[in-house]
Amino acid sequence: MSSLEQLYQQVILDHAKARHGAGALEGVDASSHQVNPTCGDEVTLGVELAPDGSITRLVWDGEGCSISQASLSMLSELVEERGSVEEVSRAYGAMEQMMHSRNRGVPEEVLDLLGDAAALESTSQFANRVKCALLGWYALRDALAKLGTDIAGDRA
Amino acid sequence: MSAPASAAFTAAELDAIRADFPILSRRGRGGAPIAYLDASATSQKPESVISAEADFYRRSNAAVHRGTHLLGDESTQAFEDGRAALAGFIGGRPEEIVWTKNATEAINLVALSIGHASLGRGGAAAAPLRIGPGDRIVTTRAEHHANLVPWQELSARTGAELAWLDLQPDGRIDPETLGAITPNTRLVAFTHVSNVTGAVSPVDLIVAKARSVGALVLLDTCQSSAHMPIDVTALGVDFAVMSSHKMLGPTGAGALWGRRGLLEAMPPVLTGGSMIEHVTMEGSTYMPAPERFEAGSQPVAQIAGWTAALDYLSGLGMERVRAQEEELTARLLDGIGDVEGVRVLGPADSADRIGVVAFAVEGVHPHDVGQVLDADDIAIRVGHHCAIPLHAFFDVRSSARASVAPMTSPEEIDRFIASLRRVRSFFKGH
Repeated sequence: MSSLEQLYQQVILDHAKARHGAGALEGVDASSHQVNPTCGDEVTLGVELAPDGSITRLVWDGEGCSISQASLSMLSELVEERGSVEEVSRAYGAMEQMMHSRNRGVPEEVLDLLGDAAALESTSQFANRVKCALLGWYALRDALAKLGTDIAGDRA
Repeated sequence: MSAPASAAFTAAELDAIRADFPILSRRGRGGAPIAYLDASATSQKPESVISAEADFYRRSNAAVHRGTHLLGDESTQAFEDGRAALAGFIGGRPEEIVWTKNATEAINLVALSIGHASLGRGGAAAAPLRIGPGDRIVTTRAEHHANLVPWQELSARTGAELAWLDLQPDGRIDPETLGAITPNTRLVAFTHVSNVTGAVSPVDLIVAKARSVGALVLLDTCQSSAHMPIDVTALGVDFAVMSSHKMLGPTGAGALWGRRGLLEAMPPVLTGGSMIEHVTMEGSTYMPAPERFEAGSQPVAQIAGWTAALDYLSGLGMERVRAQEEELTARLLDGIGDVEGVRVLGPADSADRIGVVAFAVEGVHPHDVGQVLDADDIAIRVGHHCAIPLHAFFDVRSSARASVAPMTSPEEIDRFIASLRRVRSFFKGH
């Protein structure tokens, strides 16, 4: 498989088309607007939380390249399936680790935390595309931080 | 070279030129030599430039304008030779050249100095530069952020109003909007050539209008100075800025050219060592221009490299560079025009434009376009190219951009077009 085919695996192109979680940000508890300064792509992502802090709804609105849109779609699916703070934190950490791996390989148990988003591993070899893949995840981290939930270990 | 002074390069000449650029033998991710079509972002360097910078460190390196040892003398000589070389290249005088770290800093230097003058710095000499409420600064919608944001800031600091010339549908500056240069306009800042549309600005019209209201004119030559002959005196402007790394020179050096009388009137911006005459605990007096604007250690090795780059360009002949790039531009535009679903953001014909061609591919994000081309070892720029308002004008968020340089070959253009044809089918096919 060429690096181009690795980058644009079918699962990525499918997610870029499906755009799970895309919609209007009405009634969310907090939201975050993120911009990729190199291309001007933007996303606004909102969350609703249950009393125990778990995410009951994630919705996003934005435009971008196939990598950023696929990543947001994958993130939405993942949060829908595993929305507890603990699981989202673990997935967030895994995503950061994978995206900063320069495609030199990450342990299988890290990829297992990421669902379909594991397919973005090869994106990490393209330094100028890493931000595309992380844009939505940064928005989620920031939106949750506004509600007092830290998924990135920032206040560890 | 025996060909006419205004002819494009012969195939043999082009081969010889290409052999001067070591990076052209670099292979990309796909295994082929990289076709570098991103000169508009930064140019590649000939061996003579790389050697000049390295040789400076090997042979002459020392602090400039101090010390009486041999190396200090040689370094100072290289530094000042560079000033003379750049002045000669753009039709100015050596004492009118101020070294900066890049063109962005050169524009900011002018904006900040006018701001300082507006606060009363520089005394009576700088008084004519003062601006404030009731005054106007004019730029254009086609600017790189470097020639817009400093003026927004100056406007916010002084209360002077910011206005701009607008564009025709193809992105050229619209002469019908010259009325934005009103009698209260004090400064007009615009680009010689757009880094998105490649369009050459109507310098004569804008300068004449600015002159008629007594406004100063600053010209951004970052996209023109390595692609056509430049004569700042003939262009009739007051300030011009340029960037070494876009002119086959090293990164880390830029320059402001300013009419001598003007530089003399301007208060300093960066202050400290090397720019003072005398210092007491209470205050200081400053060197004349250009040294007044060159505080702290300077990019001497980079200037030695830039000097070699100017020699190299002069050796090619700027008229010949222009003729060569005109042919490449026509080939580029013709080729893109034949690819379905691709829209050029800028003039579609090659008159009064250079080989900077931004485009949008229907249904494919520019990042994804760039990635497919990269897989074919073709390097283009993607993004908003530091010109968000211009992209908004074209109703896109970002674009892909191909740009040519003197060493670009027709074959590289053809490879680019062939790869571009593959982009939409790649994403449709999945």
